[in-house]
Parts: sequence; C-alpha cells; structure tokens
Amino acid sequence: MGSIASVLAQRIALGLLLLFLVSLLIFVGTILLPGDVAQQILGQSATPEALANLREELGVNRPPVERYLDWLGGLLTGDLGTALTSGQDINEAIGRRLANTLFLAFWAAIIAVPLAIFLGLLAVRYRDRWPDKSISATTLTTISMPEFVIGYILMFILGVKLNWFSPTAVGYRPDADLLTRLDSIAIPILVLTLVVLAHMMRMTRAAILNVMQSAYIETAELKGLTRFAVISRHAFPNSISPVINVIMLNLAYLVVGVVVVEVVFVYPGMGQYLVDHVTKRDIPVVQACGMIFATIYIGLNLIADLVSILANPRLRHPR
Amino acid sequence: MTEPLVRVRDLRIGATVYPPNEKPHDIEIVHGVDFDLESGRVLGLIGESGAGKSTIGLATLAFGRGGIKITGGEVWVNGRDILQTSRTDVRSLRGGEVSYVSQSAAASFNPAKKILDQVVEASVRYGKFSRSEAESRAVDLFEQLGLPEPETIGNRYPHQVSGGQLQRCMTALALCPQPQLVIFDEPTTALDVTTQIDVLAAIKKAIHETGVAAVYITHDLAVVAQVSDAIMVLRLGDMVEYGTTQQIINSPKQEYTKALVSVRSIEHPENTPTDEPILRCIDITASYPRTKLDVLTDVNVEIHAGQTLAVVGESGSGKSTLARVITGLLPPRIGRLVFDGQELTPDLASRSREDLRQLQMIYQMADVAMNPRHTVGTIIGRPVEFYFGLKGEEKRQRVIDLLDEIEMGIDFIDRYPAELSGGQKQRVCIARALAAKPKLIICDEVTSALDPLVADGILRLLLDLQRIENVAYLFITHDIATVRAIADSIAVMYQGRVQRYGGKSKVLSPPYDDYTDLLLSSVPEMRLGWLEDVLENRQMESAGN
Amino acid sequence: MFVRIPFAAIIGICFTLSFFLIALFAPLIAPYGYDEVVSNGFWEPATSEFLLGTDGIGRDLLSRMIYGLRTTIWIATLATILSFTTGSVLGFLAAVMGGWIDQALSRFVDLLMSIPSLIFALVILSITPITILILILVMGLLDATRVYRLARAVAVDINVMDYVEAAKLRGENRWWIIFREILPNALSPLVAEMGLRFIFAVLFISTLSFLGLGIQPPQADLGGIVKENAEGLTYGIGAALYPAITIAILAISVNLVADWILSRTTSLKGGRG
Repeated sequence: MGSIASVLAQRIALGLLLLFLVSLLIFVGTILLPGDVAQQILGQSATPEALANLREELGVNRPPVERYLDWLGGLLTGDLGTALTSGQDINEAIGRRLANTLFLAFWAAIIAVPLAIFLGLLAVRYRDRWPDKSISATTLTTISMPEFVIGYILMFILGVKLNWFSPTAVGYRPDADLLTRLDSIAIPILVLTLVVLAHMMRMTRAAILNVMQSAYIETAELKGLTRFAVISRHAFPNSISPVINVIMLNLAYLVVGVVVVEVVFVYPGMGQYLVDHVTKRDIPVVQACGMIFATIYIGLNLIADLVSILANPRLRHPR
Repeated sequence: MTEPLVRVRDLRIGATVYPPNEKPHDIEIVHGVDFDLESGRVLGLIGESGAGKSTIGLATLAFGRGGIKITGGEVWVNGRDILQTSRTDVRSLRGGEVSYVSQSAAASFNPAKKILDQVVEASVRYGKFSRSEAESRAVDLFEQLGLPEPETIGNRYPHQVSGGQLQRCMTALALCPQPQLVIFDEPTTALDVTTQIDVLAAIKKAIHETGVAAVYITHDLAVVAQVSDAIMVLRLGDMVEYGTTQQIINSPKQEYTKALVSVRSIEHPENTPTDEPILRCIDITASYPRTKLDVLTDVNVEIHAGQTLAVVGESGSGKSTLARVITGLLPPRIGRLVFDGQELTPDLASRSREDLRQLQMIYQMADVAMNPRHTVGTIIGRPVEFYFGLKGEEKRQRVIDLLDEIEMGIDFIDRYPAELSGGQKQRVCIARALAAKPKLIICDEVTSALDPLVADGILRLLLDLQRIENVAYLFITHDIATVRAIADSIAVMYQGRVQRYGGKSKVLSPPYDDYTDLLLSSVPEMRLGWLEDVLENRQMESAGN
Repeated sequence: MFVRIPFAAIIGICFTLSFFLIALFAPLIAPYGYDEVVSNGFWEPATSEFLLGTDGIGRDLLSRMIYGLRTTIWIATLATILSFTTGSVLGFLAAVMGGWIDQALSRFVDLLMSIPSLIFALVILSITPITILILILVMGLLDATRVYRLARAVAVDINVMDYVEAAKLRGENRWWIIFREILPNALSPLVAEMGLRFIFAVLFISTLSFLGLGIQPPQADLGGIVKENAEGLTYGIGAALYPAITIAILAISVNLVADWILSRTTSLKGGRG
C-alpha cells in the first residue's frame, strides 16, 4: 500500500482515463452505429443534394480518427462546435443553460441532503419501529415512480388545483429576482428532492447502521458513555466518509433526474436542450451535452472515491 | 459476613430468535445461574459454544448483546441490584466499577482514534482522573502489560500494532479507570498459541498487581486453570458444576466436567515407517502467483501408507500452502511430488481422475465445505458415482454403508447441511472423502472449529477409520494436543520451512530447537502452576510481540 | 412446509398477476380499439360509456391504457430477459474463468456504467432509428451491466467456497461447477434482482416514451399516454394522471414481490446488511 498522495494521484489519473474513454465511447456511439446518419436526420423524402450537403457538413467522408481528434481537440480547448439545426454556437447555448441546470440542482441538493441525513438518522434511531417503517414504505413508493410521474402529480395538485406555486417553469427568467425564480422552480425542486431523497435516506441508514453495529460501538457503550457521546465521539468520525459517499453518488443521480424534470416543467436547462436535440438528431449538440453530463457524473463519483480514501485511517496513518 | 463484590441470584436471560419461515419468538438461553465473587478473586466461566458464558459475563454490566434481554433474577454489584438501578447509575457502573475485555481487540478499538485516547476515555469522562493522571496511568499499565515503548505506543492507531499487543492494550483500557471487576471474554482465543501464553501471563500479572476481581470466560479449561481461583462449568445455559479450581481440575464430580478435564487424552501409539512412502514431497519451494516471496522453502516430507503425518505450525507458517501444493491448486515453483511410486503432475488440471480419487481433502469449516443446496445423500453419493460409476440402488447402498461408518444413520440421507450439528457436518465431510476410497486424506485443521468434546469424537473416528480403511492422513493443525493424539510422524513448520521432522516420539522429546521448545511449551496444560513453570524455563521470545 | 407470506407480498403478487393478465388479454378486455376515435369531444369526463373519459383527440382512455399497459409490459419483459441472460451468463463466465476474460469484461462494464444509462441511451437514440427492436436492445444491453455486476459478485463469492474447491479437486468439469454448485446457490438473489430489473425497464421505457424517444404514435405505452395528455393538466384535466399512477402501481407491486423474495434469501444467508 503506497502513501496516501500516490493513491490519490492514481485515482485522479484513473478518473481522467475514464473520461477519455467515455469521450471515445460517445464519439464511436454516434459515428459507427448502423444506418445512414444523414438519411436519419433528413428523413426518407430528402433530396440527394441535401443528403450530400449534410454529409459534407457532418464530415462523414473524412476518416473517423481525424474527426475524433478534431472533436477531442475542440473539447479540450473549450470549443464545442456549432449546432447542425440552428447553426448556433453550442458554447453559448450551453453556457446559459448549464447555469440554469446547476441553479435547479443546487436548490434541490440544499434541501435534499440535510433532510435525507436527518431522516436517515431518525430511521436508525427508531429502527424497526414506526418511523423507520413508514420511511422505508415511502422510499419504496418514490423509488417505484419515474420522475415525470411524481412531477405531474405534484404539478396537478400543488400547481393547478391548489395554485400554491407556478405549475410550470415556462416563465423562468435567469435575470428575475431570486424569489420569482424560486417560485417558478418550486415544484421541480420538490420533485427532484423526492427523487433523490429516498435513495439517499436508504443508503444513509444502511451506512450508519453498519457503523453502529461495529464492536467498537459496543466497547464505547460498555465504557459507560452516554448515547450522545457514543454517537458523537465514536460513530460520527467513522460515518462521515460513507455518508459523504452516499451524498456524492446521489448528487450524481440528481444529474439524470434533472433531464426529465426539465422537460416536464419546460425549464430552459441542459436536459431540455439535450432531449430537444436528440429529437432533432443534432449530433454535435448531443455529443457535447452527453460529454458534459458524463463529466459531472464521473467527477462526483471521483470525489466520493477520494473522500473515502482520505477518511481511511489505514491509509492516513500507514504502519 | 461482609457483602461480596458481586452476588448473582437466579439470573435468567432470554433472546428473540428469527427462524426462517416462522414467527419470531422468545427463548431462554440462561436458566437461573447463581454465583458470588469476592474482591480480588478470579472466577472462571467455562463451557462450549451456546453455554451462555459471554451472556452471563455481560449481564454483570447490565448489557445484552443484539436481541438479548435479561429476563429475571438479581445481579448485585457493590451493594445494589444493577438490573433495577437507574440508567445514569448503570453508566457510572460501566465507566468505573466494571469493565470488559473482548475476544477481538482489533474490532473493539475504534479504527479512527489513537489508542491512548480510547484507553483513557472512560476515566476522564467520569472524572476519576484528570487527563494527565489517566495518561500516566495508561503508560504504567502499558509497561506492566509488557508492551514495547510504553511511553509512545498509545499514540499509534489500532491498525499499527500487532494482534497480541492490541489485546494487551484492550486490557489496559479495561484497567485504566481502576475498576473493581473486569470481565475477560475469551481474550486469548483469537491469538496464536505462542502469543497466547504471553498475553495470558500479562493479564494474570495485571490482575495480581492491581488486586482487581475478574470473571475469566473461555472454552479452554487448561487456560482458565492458570488464572482463576474458582471455576463454574456451564452447559446450554445451566450450571453444571461450581467449585475451586483445585477441585474442578483434580477431582471433578459431574460426568460432563470429567469429560472436559480428560479431553485430549486420546492415546495413539506411534507406528514405524514402512519401506515405501505413499507420498513424498521433494524439495518443494512455492510462492503465490505474482509475488516474489516464497511461502514454502525446501520442504521434504514423506507420508507412509495407513499412517499420519501431522504438520504443525502457527498462522503464516505455510502449513496450509503445503496442502494446496499437494492437491495441485498451487503448482510449486521448484520441487516435485511422488505419489505411490509415480510422479504426480504439479497442476490440478493435468491429473487423471484416478490420481484425484486417491487424494481427498477435508476442510476446517464443514459448513462451507458442503453445498447448502445438496442433501447429505447427494454430497456423499457424488464421489461414489463420479469415481466408480455406481447408480441407483447400488449407489444408495454404498452411501448408507458410509453413513454407518461415520456413526450416522440412514435417516440423515435426505437432510440438508443446515439441519446438521457442527460435528455431524464434519462427519459427512469425512464420509465424502472416504467415498472415493483414497490412499491419502489431507485434513486441514478439521477439528479447530469444533468444541473440544466434539473434536475428540472426530479424532477418535478418524483413528478408527484409519485402522479399517488403511488410509494415510496428512493432518494440518496448530494444536499440539491434537498432534499428540493422532500423529505417527510430525513436521514442525516455521516461516515456510520445516523446522523439525521425524517420528512422533523423536520430535516431541528433547533436545529441542528453540522454536519447537517455544511452541511445545506454549500449549496450556491442564495443571495448576503450569504457566509459571513455563515462563521460567523458556529459551525464545515469541514472535507475536 | 408451511410458508407464511407477508400481507404486503400478497398484495404485490395479486396486482402483478392482474397486470400481466390484463396485458395478455388486452384485446378481449378493452372496450374499444387502441387507436379508435370514439367521440368528437376531447378530454371528456368519465361516463358509463367511457369509464375513464376520452383523451385529447377523442379516443377511449381506458382502452388506450389497456393497450398501453400491454406494450409497456411486453417491452419491459423482453428487455429484462435480454439483460438477464446476457448479464448473468457473462457474469458467471467471468467469475469462473477469471484471468483476462474477467478483466476485459469487468473493465468494459465499468466504462459503460460510468455514464448514466439515460444519457447514454439518448446519445444512441439520437442516431439510430427509433423502433421497438432497437429500444429493447438499448435498454436490455445497458441494463445487462448491472446484472453482470451482481451475477459476477455472487458467483465470485460462491466460487471461493470450499465446496466448489472440493468439486474442483474431485475433477468435476466447468459445467457441473456452474450448474450444480454455483447456480442453485445464486438463484434466489438473482430472481429478486430480476424483479428490480423489470421495474427499471418499466421506468426506463416509460421515461423514454415520455421524452418522445420511445414508442412512436399512434401506438403508445403508458409513458407515451402520459405525454399525450400532459397538456391537459395545466387546464386542470387529470387524464394524464391515470396512466402515470398505473406505472407507479405496477412498479410498486413488482417491488413488493421482489422485496419479499430478497428478504427470504437474506434470511437464508444470514443477512447481508
């Protein structure tokens, strides 16, 4: 076992390698799949000239390796290319939308993370009693519902019937004041919170239970420590790393939830942009968005990894 | 008469069990136990697994592990019934009056905190000592317990010290708040035999010097005989016998206690080697794939037909690796195997079915050595079918004969492993090995997971079968008593090499090399004063320090 | 042997069975055709003629949902079978063979799993024609990665057991070891996992259809029916909620069954936390 710095460096290098392979996968996935791309985009009624033009634009005639290197070079220098359908600069379109998406995800996380940890602790404290059981029953329900189902139910009840919040995010303007912005995304935030809450709570519960069942917790109890001291001095230091792990994994999951929720509430974010351009078969946009989502996802997973290495006493204090 | 430190009356303990496909229900696991313990005295609690000894020990801390609940009786400590007292009082009892040393110190220390912080925690929390007083007390205890660098060892993290050292740190943790009673729950069971003796001596010295009272829990009567003043024998939650150590060891009254005292008294006269050995290991040197380190170096041993070679050593000595080399799971780097006069190919895949049949194996953990989804009939019947092509009624008859040989009846044939006791499981594994009619069976620690009386039964069975079937055993064990009981010849292994090899009488008589002396002398003997005798006459320090 | 089935599991089994029966006999049960315009109005309230009312272009909502359920279950079942066979066969193989085969398969699965399934599916569907076959392939193969991980983990656990070593020492061949020693012990966790994979497939195809990238009109699955009627919600018309809630009930019932099977296996194995 090497020193902690070298283990960390190794993990980061591995993450970068993974990103590189993912870029390859996304590129290959959109290039080498069967079917004539130009035909797919333009449909059966396309004229031969239009097809030829599009093929030229797509660069289908150039060797794939060259096109990949071009694309990768663009990615590394921060140039995502131009959209096929609108001719718009992708950087510009994504920049604005990414900010919107992160704004939405940020607020969902701010609510979901503390709530999940609190409820997870509650479930541990009242293990196998009614708070625990009702929490796990709710978990089962929300895990079984796709994001859009929760979205429409809440939209219908809170937005349309009760009229508490704006039912859709159509009116969202990034330059409006915070309260107006929050009103238009209140229901989406709630939906995202519910979606990740269940997983996060379940995993927090499992992680803390795992620690609470260790023999050293028994030792602490047999020292006559109060319940509070047992938890704060012995359980807590060992729970930080698994809980942070849980949070990171679920934030990564949030990234996926965002895509659907944005479509449900017509919120001008990355997810809606991606889905829109999948339908239009605008490959450069899809590649760029896919790469950004994958990067965020891998990044969060990497952080989870690094935290658990940093928290491992065996690695922090080698023999 | 003054009140004893601890007075336990009619202690009853229950637990909730969750059998699959049944409603959970409560059972009683300790059925009314009484004892007294005076200040400064040591009581040994002894019994096999399921006797309830740990549960009783923890009850003196008003603690039930898992779903265990104290359902009745009285436990008086320092003049109050701790089962009736307030929660705050129970905490101060645990913090200062009674403390606990568990079997696995490695799991019982918090991995994220320094040893010293954990050792002094209870004393400081309960204001018995100031932080600096407690720390200097801890250093004194570290020294008393024979730990190296007592001044600084506390600044290490639990994973940075060895198992034997950590067990002593745990004892220091228990003694630091100056308790009146310490519960030692199998504190040396997980340790190697040569380490066990040092930890045992350290604990005994600490008990003596601090004048603390102790309850010492173990399954090994020979161990408890060294430290305790009185012994209580328990079986399935009932008290069997209770008396002074002198009386229990020298003149037990109950049949069960007599059996425990006379355990490992099997006599097996040594056979002289025959001309042609059944297996010769020649110059075996082996290492695991992708490692440079040799785990076995230059091993040369022979096994003779119908006889037993015991390979004895501590964990890491390479004895199990030798079994893997012989079975072909780990082809040796250098050296060869000659079986019944024929060269044996080094790797499993290239051996013929006949070669495989001649060489069978029995494992330490019978539970995982049998497929839980196969019945006893299938488990024993498979080699019968596989090697001899027997089917239907013929196969069934052979299985019944084999069940008979292992002293189990025909009604076991349709049972699953989960429905058998530990000893029965190991018997079925023996029958599976015998079913192949092998010339050699490798027995890898086959009795070490079993309770002493059950283990005795298995050893007797193996000896009987050897006489009937004329099968040779390669018997791998860490337990010298087992070796004495079963071996014809012995190989003592240390750090991957054969340290001493020859007939049983030769290996077990002086003059010894230093390691063999250490190993042999470390095995607890069932007599009073053994520990002191050994410590005086030793030539080599054990490795676990 | 008498086996006590918990109440929740009985509910789950009943609902799951009814859903499958409805899917199987959809043409017999549905009062109208799936694409039959039966009324001039749109989003009409429930009547005795149209039990759940009509949809946005005057089709009977109940009939459309019955057919939609059929489509959803049909696709989810096929995708589950695909993910399951591919994943478990490769997982077992990797565990038993070890060596470079295991390394290559496992690293490739790591790579696939480093991108969220939905994002990866969207990337692929941006280029391929959207047909039922392709949807099943994409869903099944992406999900096979999870089955692979589980099957491999379970098989690796079993493969190091002494009874497997004993079989190897006896000279048994690879097929005996896979089918007689490993498979019987791996079955229960895998069956429970099959339920979870089925739910995942239901949620996945519903989501894709909802995004307009799944089943294409005029055919529809439950997710697609939600999408068709979603517009009504903003006007206070709840038609979209019926298919949405149906998806949830289907997923919950299967989940209850899977949970029960899982708890039975863990109690057999003495708990896995």
